[in-house]
Amino acid sequence: MLVEIAHFALAMALGLSLVQMVIPVWGVRRNDIALARVGEPAAISVFVLLLFAFGVLMYAYAVSDFSVQNVAENSHSAKPMIYKLTGTWGNHEGSMLLWVLIMALFGALVALARTSLPDRLRAGTLAAQASVTVAFLLFILFTSNPFNRLDPAPPEGNDLNPLLQDLGLAIHPPLLYVGYVGFSITYAFAIAALIDGRIDAVWARAVRPWTLVAWIFLTLGISMGSYWAYYELGWGGWWFWDPVENASLMPWLAGTALIHSTIVMEKRDSLKVWTILLAILTFSLSLLGTFLVRSGVLTSVHTFATDPSRGLFILIILMLFIGGSLALFAWRAPMLRQGGLFAPVSREGALVINNLFLAAACATVFIGTLYPLALEGLTGAKISVGPPFFNATFLPLLIPLLLLLPFGQSMAWKRGDLLGTAQRLAVAIGIGILATIGIFATTYGGPVAAPLGIGLGVFLISSALWDLGERIIGRASGARAIWSRAVGLPRSAYGSALAHAGVGVTVIGIAATAWATEDIAVMKPGDRMTNGRTAIVLQQVFPRTGPNFRELVGRFRIEIDGKERGDIESTKRTFITRNNMQTTEAGIRTFGVSQVYVSLGEIQPDGSVGVRMYTKPLMLLIWIGSLIMGLGGALSITDRRFRVATPAKARSPKGPQGSTGGPSPQPAE
Amino acid sequence: MTRKQRRLAIIGSCGLVLAVAAGLVLFAMRDSIVFFHGPTDVVEKSIQAGTRFRLGGLVKEGSVVRQGQTVTFEVTDMNRNIPVTYTGILPDLFREGQGVVTEGVLQAGGLFKADSVLARHDENYMPREVADSLKKQGHWQPPGSKPQS
Repeated sequence: MLVEIAHFALAMALGLSLVQMVIPVWGVRRNDIALARVGEPAAISVFVLLLFAFGVLMYAYAVSDFSVQNVAENSHSAKPMIYKLTGTWGNHEGSMLLWVLIMALFGALVALARTSLPDRLRAGTLAAQASVTVAFLLFILFTSNPFNRLDPAPPEGNDLNPLLQDLGLAIHPPLLYVGYVGFSITYAFAIAALIDGRIDAVWARAVRPWTLVAWIFLTLGISMGSYWAYYELGWGGWWFWDPVENASLMPWLAGTALIHSTIVMEKRDSLKVWTILLAILTFSLSLLGTFLVRSGVLTSVHTFATDPSRGLFILIILMLFIGGSLALFAWRAPMLRQGGLFAPVSREGALVINNLFLAAACATVFIGTLYPLALEGLTGAKISVGPPFFNATFLPLLIPLLLLLPFGQSMAWKRGDLLGTAQRLAVAIGIGILATIGIFATTYGGPVAAPLGIGLGVFLISSALWDLGERIIGRASGARAIWSRAVGLPRSAYGSALAHAGVGVTVIGIAATAWATEDIAVMKPGDRMTNGRTAIVLQQVFPRTGPNFRELVGRFRIEIDGKERGDIESTKRTFITRNNMQTTEAGIRTFGVSQVYVSLGEIQPDGSVGVRMYTKPLMLLIWIGSLIMGLGGALSITDRRFRVATPAKARSPKGPQGSTGGPSPQPAE
Repeated sequence: MTRKQRRLAIIGSCGLVLAVAAGLVLFAMRDSIVFFHGPTDVVEKSIQAGTRFRLGGLVKEGSVVRQGQTVTFEVTDMNRNIPVTYTGILPDLFREGQGVVTEGVLQAGGLFKADSVLARHDENYMPREVADSLKKQGHWQPPGSKPQS
């Protein structure tokens, strides 16, 4: 019964979303504020209804109600409770429900936001957001209903793909979805601005926190997905340039560009049309990602089921929203008042370069991901575009961007001074070069990429900290003056310094992968495998039984520099509940931020076992860096100017040096 | 700088970066793209030795021979077979009679020397290229006894 009510709640949510989509626009047209504000309670109700529906589905999973088709197909009564719960979104229908739930959550948050959004903007945004919700609710109700019943109910379920029976499923998809869907709000803001025909710094300030939220979650979601693939697939790789990964990387690149371009718009009232376009493109790329993953065009662990009618439906949604918004953009954008031009050498000029490189990098990923599909559609030839392509296109665009980043970060608004900036950064440049030379000398004969990359990372970190330090200490003297400057510096200054330092940390982690080693051997108990300072000794191989699997465990002793450093267990699992599907659970042991990674291969007839041993120096920095980036973003959101989204006050007379006015005196960002 | 010069500088730098990006893409397209072929393609299109490509099909029943870390097997589309050799640990779901995609270089004697055998994610999953190539040969059967939708 509960399940039927939940199904009904979905339909109700669809009806209310239609109200949220139509009424506010009508109200704005008629200048009827009461009518325009109908979107707010509607958005909140849609969220509550969808939360209820999602809760019911999760409950059905928790109690293993196999009369629900979705549960029967994707769960099993012997599965541990945590995987029953996370299995709610480990399938197509459930994950789409999570998608609209998060979309409704963002709608409700916009409706509830304390910030004084202009009424027209809020109404338009909620309506645009609702249009996306309507499309996805229709999609769920007509092609992917999670509440279909089975009669008679099967006695036991099919179980979940064992690769998904992991804590990663609890973390990665929700984070990623909040990121993907979060950009629907910036999209909705852009549509509202286009319809309204007005866009200014208030718009930029209203949009920026939402962009940051979406960006933070997307950053964390991608990073956790990467870590999950790293430990679960047993191949020791952290990024495969798989089309599904690229599908999440593209909105991230566009979103990163968007965060930076809204700064220019907010501070300098410029780059408006580009920012609007970027907001549209970012969410379009999110939609494209959903299409690629959900339609069965690509095959991967993310594609739970392939059903042509679903693919077609999502393709229609895709064309409607991307095509529609771009058409609206082409029609309305020329009416937006353009901001002024500015000097190429300046903070805003640097941010344009940032956008340029990010957009170009995004375009290369786009081509590399879609070209094979297009080629196959047109000529039937099947090609694969793999890491060599992306290494040859993406990296050459990313490296200059990273090299220029610190310069942009410490350049002044309006009129920068390249030489002066270089002088300010002299210390950071020196530290970076010293790090490169030092590491190169100590690892002489090793790969050259590692010291160069680490030098770049060190340069990024030290310049971010140096720049922050200079802003705090500056010309101030005495502890009190420094303290007051430190307190007075906007949080977003700390946020951006932290985020940029996080980029540096990730770069170091990536560069260090050049030192990673991989060894393969067939081992018997007692055998030893050595690489450099690390050695493992296979102690025993034994079978073990888990709740819904059998596994063969290899226990190894790790020795570093001849000293015992504990045990590692690698297993090969066979899921009895799932056609005897096998998975490899790698044994990973962490030393500081470096890891030793051991995975089992095939068992030979004579009882020996294939073993891969990887050493991964500094590997964890890749993900730690992305956590720091996310933290930096979070710190930026707490900046006080986002709490009250009113136009910045005119400059206070006792502001710092400079007298040219402008919307904000702060050099920070 | 005058207004005109500023505009030129900005447009010029945009053009430069985009041109570099386009150049990189074209360059990489020429060198780093790998084609996919089924066994019948390999024989009929008489692909030259030394060519790098992805070979996909079914692992022929009874063809897998292991010698230490080296495995030889045949990839078939029920029409033609191509012998493959691979050194390393095979993915979990490598089995006789199941679909497989390998990437490597065709040797002079017709042996395909693979340097990677692609991991699959699910026991029902059939690489799409393999499914298509089997369909072309008329040997396609919908995968698995438990369709997921």
